Amino acid sequence: MSKQRLIIIGAGMASGRVIEHLVETAPDAYDITLFNAEPRGNYNRIMLSPVLAGDKTYEEIVTHDDAFYCSHKIDCRFGQKVTAIDTAAKTVTSDTGEVLAYDKLLFGTGSNPFIIPLPGHDLEGVIAYRDLEDTQAMMGLGQGNRAVVIGGGLLGLEAAAGMAARGVDVTVVHIMGHLMERQLDPAAGYLLRKSLEEKGITIRLEANSKEIVGKDGKVRALMLEDGTELPCDLLVMAVGIRPNTALAAEAGLAVGRGIHVDDQMLTSVSDVLAVGECVEHDGALFGLVAPLYDQAKVAAQTLMGNEAAFVQKTLSTKLKVTGCDLFSAGDFAEGEGREDIVFRDPARGVYKRLVIEAGKLVGAVMYGDTADGNWFFGLIKDGTDIEEMRETLIFGPAYQGGVAADPLSAVAALPPEAEICGCNGICKGTIVDAINAGATDLGAVKATTKASASCGTCTGLVEQLLQVTLGDDFQMPTAQPICGCCDLTHEDVRRLIKAQELKSQEAVWQELGWKTLNGCHVCRPAVNFYLLADWPLEYRDDPQSRFVNERKHANIQKDGTFSVVPRMWGGITNPAELRAIADAADKYNVPTVKVTGGQRIDLLGVKGEDLPYIWADLNKAGLVSGHAYSKGLRTVKTCVGTDHCRFGTQDSTGLGIKLEQALWGSWTPHKVKLAVSGCPRNCAEATCKDVGIICVDSGYQVSVAGAAGMDVKETERLVDVASEAEAIDWTVAFVQLYRENAKYLDRPYKWVAKVGLDWVKERLDDPAERARLIEAFELSQSIYRKDPWAEHAAKADAFQPLADLKLEAAK
Amino acid sequence: MSWIDIGALEDIPLRGARTIKTALGCVAVFRTGAGEVFAASDRCPHKGGPLSEGIVHGQSVTCPLHNWVFDLNTGAAKGEDGSIATFPVRVESGRILLDAAELTARSAA
Ligand code: SRM
Ligand SMILES: Cc1cc2nc3c(=O)[nH]c(=O)nc-3n(C[C@H](O)[C@H](O)[C@H](O)COP(=O)(O)OP(=O)(O)OC[C@H]3O[C@@H](n4cnc5c(N)ncnc54)[C@H](O)[C@@H]3O)c2cc1C
Ligand code: SF4
Ligand code: FES
Repeated sequence: MSKQRLIIIGAGMASGRVIEHLVETAPDAYDITLFNAEPRGNYNRIMLSPVLAGDKTYEEIVTHDDAFYCSHKIDCRFGQKVTAIDTAAKTVTSDTGEVLAYDKLLFGTGSNPFIIPLPGHDLEGVIAYRDLEDTQAMMGLGQGNRAVVIGGGLLGLEAAAGMAARGVDVTVVHIMGHLMERQLDPAAGYLLRKSLEEKGITIRLEANSKEIVGKDGKVRALMLEDGTELPCDLLVMAVGIRPNTALAAEAGLAVGRGIHVDDQMLTSVSDVLAVGECVEHDGALFGLVAPLYDQAKVAAQTLMGNEAAFVQKTLSTKLKVTGCDLFSAGDFAEGEGREDIVFRDPARGVYKRLVIEAGKLVGAVMYGDTADGNWFFGLIKDGTDIEEMRETLIFGPAYQGGVAADPLSAVAALPPEAEICGCNGICKGTIVDAINAGATDLGAVKATTKASASCGTCTGLVEQLLQVTLGDDFQMPTAQPICGCCDLTHEDVRRLIKAQELKSQEAVWQELGWKTLNGCHVCRPAVNFYLLADWPLEYRDDPQSRFVNERKHANIQKDGTFSVVPRMWGGITNPAELRAIADAADKYNVPTVKVTGGQRIDLLGVKGEDLPYIWADLNKAGLVSGHAYSKGLRTVKTCVGTDHCRFGTQDSTGLGIKLEQALWGSWTPHKVKLAVSGCPRNCAEATCKDVGIICVDSGYQVSVAGAAGMDVKETERLVDVASEAEAIDWTVAFVQLYRENAKYLDRPYKWVAKVGLDWVKERLDDPAERARLIEAFELSQSIYRKDPWAEHAAKADAFQPLADLKLEAAK
Repeated sequence: MSWIDIGALEDIPLRGARTIKTALGCVAVFRTGAGEVFAASDRCPHKGGPLSEGIVHGQSVTCPLHNWVFDLNTGAAKGEDGSIATFPVRVESGRILLDAAELTARSAA
């Protein structure tokens, strides 16, 4: 039988495998002609990253060399592109003009890197990451050069790490909230970012690229949407791939997102097959080699006239960057009826999460310790029933069948030289000796050994050691953790956020060993506040971590409607404002209009959908949110003062307005209310507020920590000052000290009772500390001193139902 | 099953929710931090709190009025005697699909 003619378009990783199967099993079936647009044969594309990083050479990653092609008599047309196909005549035309006839045709054209059509994308020095040429361009950058990579996925990060290993100053710009979001959850993404930053790579998340700036036709910088310019000598775009289907579409093959193939890898046209990234099979596209190899096997069988069918399987991903040990497999997003098992080891930077559905493992994400990755992957692929080992599953195969892990026996089993306190290098033996020598509580162990005296993350371990060593003689301390999600108190969390410079929720969850994925309704609002109070520039308030009132910027009522309270600075209003309020009340059918206890007007019973519109109307009259709903500044009540009152000593109304304008918009641990009275008759009830100021002839008496809610308590005098400016300074400094130190949901009077008024006075008496506190407050206010209503009124859509199915359902 | 497109995935903030009006009351569609989507009745069985306004954590939501916590997989309230109806959802190419037939049948029940 004479050989048939097989023409292959593309010498890539998928078609290379087809050739191997053919020459191994049926060397006499086909005369093969192999076209490749790249001027070379098949190499291991995925190993371009080690080549870039300098761990391998190009020669080492060649899959098929000249000898291979020669010995199998393959007619190689490297550097030649197929430009047209006539499926009726069964011929292909190449860019040299040559026309060749085929009996069978195989597409292996791979995919094209997607280039975002930003202005400047065609400048010299803007490249993708796909082939040897791109790799060489990156390798050509010397020490001290700068590169920007757009795209924080697998390819972008390998490119970034490879260049960084060569001493290039690399910035990765990623549009999403965490790296590799398709393969990783936010927790693993956080750890990955941390490892990459340790390699000197700068990561910018949620960053939108706007324009590529050039000079003399060459790339000079990337400009972001927010106006930031990132100077660079090379710009790598690694934002995704698109199946290379143009030729197939022109030839009349059925093409969707990729070239349509059936289970036999046959396209819609007879005698034409396709494999690799260029295909679309049952709605799916492919970007990793594992399924491509399966396809190659099937295509070879089909070409040899044998039965075979391609089946899609679960995939797993690893990143080829040294020191970034990650693994993800299966499906860990989107789905109903799923349950998570989370394990974190902050000291080792380890995070593991398993996703279980109906007694089976369906997804796994791991960072830092991926040794068990393949075992989990096996359980996912095989659909193994894991109910029996559910409790210990996350500890991996080594634990299966063993006794359940108990933290105390684990500590007891540690050898004496095991390190307990990483900060001070204290091992178990030292601590046990100290305990036996009489250090029988945490304080004593700290004092004698320094263990847990620095960052405090090992406190739990030290306490366990005390318990193991002393037995019943040791009483575990009863400090209340925030909630069931963690073992730390509010105070510990605040301290560690500052000490370890934790600047994101993910950092807190991971570094402080949270036991849940993203906290709960108790701890998340607290952590959100601590982060924004300590890192006003780096961390932004997260509305999804706030209670409904603070997210909606209105108080929810028992019937699900809301109340709207505009600010009336210091209790002062005017006819125009009152008219606007009256008009709004009419227009939105507000059932109740009430004067509040805080010297302003409340519109009660507004429908959620109407909120953005009523706000916009009130905004037009100059009215802004009164924050009647926030853990923040509520009201500053005033009396009429010197302007009208025969007893007034100072301008109490004016001071109240100034204070309200300085403090409004700020978030605090709990709500904050102020009042300023013009004389000791105290008509503004200042002496039961969080901060109350009484004006006297000689100046201002500033007092703090009053209460008139669930508890009633008179304020305590903080300081007497002569000028209005000083009164404002002391007030702002006090509020900032409260913001930096108090436990979430402690009003100032509760916090002051814990730390003592003397401590507060001592801190605020120091002019340098006072100045620092005021500056820190102002920095935070540069972001938060603005009207949330105006911001939300612009996004009215988000307040409407997503869809209205009333009609649909009636049909 | 009659799947209908009710909107784009990114219309719901991560760890947030949006509502859908149906002839038989509001249905809340939740999106968790990990990106999963769940649909359930928007009405808390305790005193009618709007669950779409609650804090979404893990695969649970906490009612904004008195902090009952519901497992979005099963609809059961943790530690309380009560539960909410849950509805099948699918996400395809970034669009959220609900089963219209199921919605009418179940919320009527
Ligand atoms: C509207 C108003 C009552 C009124 O009609 O006058 C009001 C209404 C509410 N207060 Fe108040 N308080 C109002 C003045 C007060 C005052 C008097 C004052 O501000 O001078 C107090 C005592 C002073 C104080 O703050 O302690 C007060 C002490 C409380 C407390 C107890 C706080 C405490 O630490 O003891 C709560 C509960 C809480 O915040 O946890 C509370 C909580 C509430 C909430 C927000 C309950 C809630 O969480 O839903 C009420 C919202 C009702 C609604 O549906 O809109 N309200 N509340 C007042 C709004 C003032 C404003 O203009 O912003
Ligand atoms: C840097 C990098 C790292 C990667 N890392 C991994 C990894 O760790 N794990 C993993 O599983 N996958 C990885 N991948 C993806 C993997 O390399 C691809 O999935 C695989 O190479 C696709 O194989 P293919 O045969 O479909 O296409 P390709 O290997 O791209 O081959 C297609 C070939 O067809 C040629 N061609 C196209 N059109 C024509 C035409 N008209 N005429 C002639 N020739 C043509 C092209 O020039 C090209 O050489 C990585 C990819 C890159 C770029
Ligand atoms: S006192 Fe305040 S919290 Fe209590 S019912 Fe009145 S408004 Fe509501
Ligand atoms: S209404 Fe939901 S907990 Fe009360």
